Amino acid sequence: MIYEITVDGKTHKLDLERKDGEWVCALNDRETTVDAVAVRSTVLSLVVGGKVYEIQRERQGGETWIWLDGVRHKVEVTDPRSLRGRKAGIGGEKGPLKITANMPGKVVRVLVADAAEVEMGQGLIVIEAMKMQNEIKSPKKGTLRKLNAVVGAAVNAGDVLAIVE
Amino acid sequence: MFKKILVANRGEIAVRVIRACHELGIAAVAVYSDADRAALHVRKADEAYRLGPSPANESYLEIETILDAAKKCGADAIHPGYGFLSENPKFAKACAGANVKFIGPSAASMETMGSKTRARQNMEKAGIPFVPGTSRGLESPEQAAEAAEKIGYPVMLKAAAGGGGKGMRLVHAPVELKGALEAAQSEAQRSFGDKEVYIEKAIVNPRHIEMQVLADEHGNTVCLGERECSIQRRHQKVVEEAPSPIVDADMRRRMGEVAVRVAKAADYANAGTIEFLVDQQKNFYFLEMNTRLQVEHPVTELVTGLDLVHLQIHIAAGEKLPFKQEDIQLRGHAIECRIYAEDPENNYFPSPGKIETLMEPAGPGIRLDSGIYEGWTVPIDYDPLLAKLVGYGENRAQATMRLERALGEYFVGGIKTNTGLFRRILSDADFKAGQLDTGYLERLLKRTTSVDPAEARTGIIAITAGIFAAMGNEKAGKVPAKPAMSAWLRTARTDALHS
Repeated sequence: MIYEITVDGKTHKLDLERKDGEWVCALNDRETTVDAVAVRSTVLSLVVGGKVYEIQRERQGGETWIWLDGVRHKVEVTDPRSLRGRKAGIGGEKGPLKITANMPGKVVRVLVADAAEVEMGQGLIVIEAMKMQNEIKSPKKGTLRKLNAVVGAAVNAGDVLAIVE
Repeated sequence: MFKKILVANRGEIAVRVIRACHELGIAAVAVYSDADRAALHVRKADEAYRLGPSPANESYLEIETILDAAKKCGADAIHPGYGFLSENPKFAKACAGANVKFIGPSAASMETMGSKTRARQNMEKAGIPFVPGTSRGLESPEQAAEAAEKIGYPVMLKAAAGGGGKGMRLVHAPVELKGALEAAQSEAQRSFGDKEVYIEKAIVNPRHIEMQVLADEHGNTVCLGERECSIQRRHQKVVEEAPSPIVDADMRRRMGEVAVRVAKAADYANAGTIEFLVDQQKNFYFLEMNTRLQVEHPVTELVTGLDLVHLQIHIAAGEKLPFKQEDIQLRGHAIECRIYAEDPENNYFPSPGKIETLMEPAGPGIRLDSGIYEGWTVPIDYDPLLAKLVGYGENRAQATMRLERALGEYFVGGIKTNTGLFRRILSDADFKAGQLDTGYLERLLKRTTSVDPAEARTGIIAITAGIFAAMGNEKAGKVPAKPAMSAWLRTARTDALHS
């Protein structure tokens, strides 16, 4: 199996082969043999040349993170055979900007009306979770569109609450 | 002794109290909101009763519903934990009215200490040293300006009903005063339903040191030493330890005597904590009294060898304290880390959600008081405290090393926690030197850390990510492969064939 693996933004080529219960790993064409045991579905115990590692995997909102020694690293794994040219463009600072909830919680105040002119840094919506209130501010000057926040509604992290044009 | 105790709380503290009940052979009753049916405290209890919907004011703060549950199940006492109704004199009174023993002080003691301004008035009478300022609420910005001028800037505005840093404002100069007063009053009104705000001199870079007291209902009061709680963020404690690195035997005796005097002035019974601010010259000033068990009580338990919840229950049952002040000996050092569901990469905002993976530390000198389990969803409705990890050692250095080791074993996946922060604190030179004050953590957080993964680390991470993906494919049946079998399992199979 050949994978393209991005760790903290840098891409590596990994060729994995299962052999005698171990993994023969060619990372950027350098070969290592790894003994891996899944102690949980999200935790691997590795023995590499006698050295022991315990590594956790976390998936959140479509992103994958690998934890090593209490530090997490963002990874992206692609199987080149199944690659379907998915590099979508990301909206720049100049176009409309999405206002998203930065934590799960409940909308407690909506400070502006739809179609309002807002200044950069102006408070728009207040979300509360775990006894803490957090004011979401406008990332730029512009007009507020598609306001989708109602007082009392529950929101998840990443939910789009409005757009500033 | 009581036969059945209802625990009017949730999370780690409810679990901790339920454990104490079981150790004493007392049946433990949990109560829960809709968000908490599957919570650990419900699973650990002998009986459990639903209170209502998830918001605390419709469940854990519902005095009538809680007392109904107590009557229904025949509980003869209620332990309030901390937070929620623990410092609410109305609840203590309602318990007395329903003939259920409230495990804590009397409603009258709570009222004396509950309002910070009333506490200051009483302590003034008892001759207790406290931070200079007003002992009554401010009535106008002019009065505030006059008081601030008299005690000198910087000043601190504080909600009389305050706690948890709500309704507090630091004011450096007269021009900021009016706005800060209005903000503090409105926040106090929102948080506590009481907009009374008073003023006191802001002590620059103080330490926050508190004394644990224990009083029976027969007039005996002892002090169980101090806890250093200077490591705070947004006025919330993050790391606590006992003893304090700066308190020597003489200072401990003097602070202890004042603490016992404060408790006696309030006619106090059961466990309580007297908080002091300590300035750079080691002068200490009475700040407030917390009329309940503290979150950080385990560090005191470890260095005194006493179980505070057991003692609370014995005291509430009318027993006398089984020891005198001179019997209290401190031994070793304990440090507690408060594990919060919060996101270090997003300004420590709350991070509720499902715990996908949980690996908990154990071993010598480690105590974990936890309210979570793998697969459980942390609700958004309550305080983000998940667990308390406490390290104990023969001295401060050993306690620190054990905690660092335990943090390496600790993993909470699926939600964000602040465990990484403790590794930074524990390895920090100022922390190791015991040089702490309430501004310590803000300063530490301002210093940026750069995580620059070495080549070898990156390699291991990339390989692991690949193996996870390949194993996922194997499971999904995309790659036909022999199931992984450990040598141990292989041996067991072979042995079975031979027998």
